[in-house]
Amino acid sequence: MNFLLSDDQQAFLDAIRPVLNDRCDSQQVHKIFDGDDPYDTALWSHLVAMGIPAIMIDKAHGGLGLQLLDLAIIAELLGEFAAPVPFFGNAIGALAIQLAGSAEQRANWLPLLATGERLATIAFGEGKGRWLPGEWEVPGGNSISGTKVLVPNAAEADLIIVGTRDGLALVERGAGYKTARTDSADRTRRLDIVTFDGTASEMMPGDGATIDRLIDATATLLAADAFGGATRCLERTVDYAKVREQYGQPIGAFQGLKHQLANMALEIEPSRGLYWFAAHAWDDLPDKARHAAAQAKAHCTDVYLQATRDMVEAHGGIGFTWEHDAHIYMKRAMFDWTWLGQPSLHRLRAADLAGW
Amino acid sequence: MQLGFGPEFDDFRQEVLAFLLEHWPPADGNLRSKEHERTFTLAAIDRGYLHRSVPKRFGGSEQAPDIARAEIIREEFTKARAPSGRIASTGKLVVPTLLEWGTEEQCAYFIEKTLTGEFVWAQGFSEPNAGSDLASLRTKGELLDGQWVINGQKIWSTGAHKATHMFALVRTEPDAKKHDGISYLLIDLRQPGVTIRPLAQMTRQKEFSEVFFDDAKTPADWIVGERGKGWYVTRSTLKHERSGIGGLTWSLSMFRDLVKLARLVDYNGKPAIECPRIREELAAIEGQLMSLTYSTYRATSHIVHDRDTGMFSTMPKLYMTNLAQRISKVARDIVGDGFLDMSGEHLKWIERFMISLSMSIAGGTSNIQRNLIAERSLGLPRDARGAVQ
Repeated sequence: MNFLLSDDQQAFLDAIRPVLNDRCDSQQVHKIFDGDDPYDTALWSHLVAMGIPAIMIDKAHGGLGLQLLDLAIIAELLGEFAAPVPFFGNAIGALAIQLAGSAEQRANWLPLLATGERLATIAFGEGKGRWLPGEWEVPGGNSISGTKVLVPNAAEADLIIVGTRDGLALVERGAGYKTARTDSADRTRRLDIVTFDGTASEMMPGDGATIDRLIDATATLLAADAFGGATRCLERTVDYAKVREQYGQPIGAFQGLKHQLANMALEIEPSRGLYWFAAHAWDDLPDKARHAAAQAKAHCTDVYLQATRDMVEAHGGIGFTWEHDAHIYMKRAMFDWTWLGQPSLHRLRAADLAGW
Repeated sequence: MQLGFGPEFDDFRQEVLAFLLEHWPPADGNLRSKEHERTFTLAAIDRGYLHRSVPKRFGGSEQAPDIARAEIIREEFTKARAPSGRIASTGKLVVPTLLEWGTEEQCAYFIEKTLTGEFVWAQGFSEPNAGSDLASLRTKGELLDGQWVINGQKIWSTGAHKATHMFALVRTEPDAKKHDGISYLLIDLRQPGVTIRPLAQMTRQKEFSEVFFDDAKTPADWIVGERGKGWYVTRSTLKHERSGIGGLTWSLSMFRDLVKLARLVDYNGKPAIECPRIREELAAIEGQLMSLTYSTYRATSHIVHDRDTGMFSTMPKLYMTNLAQRISKVARDIVGDGFLDMSGEHLKWIERFMISLSMSIAGGTSNIQRNLIAERSLGLPRDARGAVQ
């Protein structure tokens, strides 16, 4: 039995963590969160240089040819730092082309996505909780019309992978669509409403099963981000409890708070195994992948959202302020919880997939 | 990443399967026969499958520690419903303690008879006034004329009314500091100075007892470890509780039972499992179970590769306790009016509703578990009173 990360995976994380320590500290995250820049372009360039967009792109197209687990542990790390970069939409966009694109589409786009010369994103949601392929109503074709919501960084993206009634469509920048920035809670990952109106598009040949794989990968990345964020919330809260003094002792010595923190840790730490399994199943155990992804998305994002609330409560007044990091994590948790559908939806899917 | 034990263990698994095929179930199909169980257990020890950490001279099979092989044996024996060499759970604690701290004579006298079931052990730790604060125990042991004379009372001693012996923490050094005045004594319960009174539980079962010592006697050399070191002898045996896969199996089987119940029982006119609220709750529980499962695999992998298990190591007990309570509450909702009928078909679930509560008390209360998580895993300051020792 070896349910552990490989030395290579650990080394990859060890190489990227210092970059985030240096360039993605609390001050920098707040600066982007409060500013007008849609994301941290300098940090993103560094991450691009380290090969992050290339992780799951095959070697023939200039990628690293790695697996979802490799991508998910990076998602965890970026989640831990609340990194304000367009990682999520870009990673799933690239994976969409890798999985569902024609040979020509792969050859046109993957090399440029691997080097970070182009930025991709994904348009799945149609509002009112409609997120999944069976619920997509925008018709596909050589030109598409309709509206997609909560699209990550659509205004900045060079191409959008659009979920349509007839499969995945690829829409290039300049093809004629409108984006309107949403006043989204999570300003580390900006979202847009995208309106297509006779917009030129190319359908990708990937079938329903392929699109399902893409959805599972999306769910797993959200779970990984959630786990990373939650672990950081726990770590920060525990650190604070060790130094903040009241009644002449660190507040972490009071059993009331210790037990709250123990309960918080008890929910968070074991969920690591669940998201690892979801990623591993996607890579190597296909018949378990759908169910595991649904469970990971539901459970980890629920745990994350609660962890951020626990963090605020344990910090007292300072945790409720704009200047503290807690609200940034809470809003990232709100993103992970909402995007692709609420935990409740995925639990009911998991129940169906379990054959209940 | 690899979830199974890998092809290098396939041959070993085949060997275990072949052994089981030959030896279990018994030819006459009588699964309850003590004699069959004994024959099987001896054969399994002979093959190196049971009591692996116990030396051959004490009746074990003396195998090198190998968690992968041990786990494969456990898996296959469980699947075949074969006897697992399970001595009463308290006996499981005393054997490793003796192996680590006992004298050659103690090991030779006690271990083999424990493995064969001739000696049945009870634990004598808690007292009426020493629960979570165990080290405040007051049962007294005095060395008089070459033997220990014991006076006092133990409580919550599981199976004491069926036991032959007890391993007990006894205050032998009244002038020493709290934790340094305790010795670990072995006591034969079959003597006039010992009175055992079973306690009825809320479930109506009688699993544990009060044990009164009134000038009970035990030989001077039935002390394990040095005088006054009993607390540390006990603590070191906690590390023998290993990866916790056994507890995981139990949680998974309770959940499977719950799903079965939800399929069978109607709830608002259709099977409970079709009710969205129940489905969602079942899925939520399954999400926690999967978290526990794969974190246990991760912890096991750490042990296999001789690495520190990390933060998770303090968590399985409380996590399983919470899960059992959550499972029993869904069952409560499903059984409806059957929840009141102690003679009805759902008695098992009424009992589980109560027994799951005992999990948050026995073996260290859930609040003590929270102290452990907070202090050992999170590094928060120790409780002023030293509740976690």
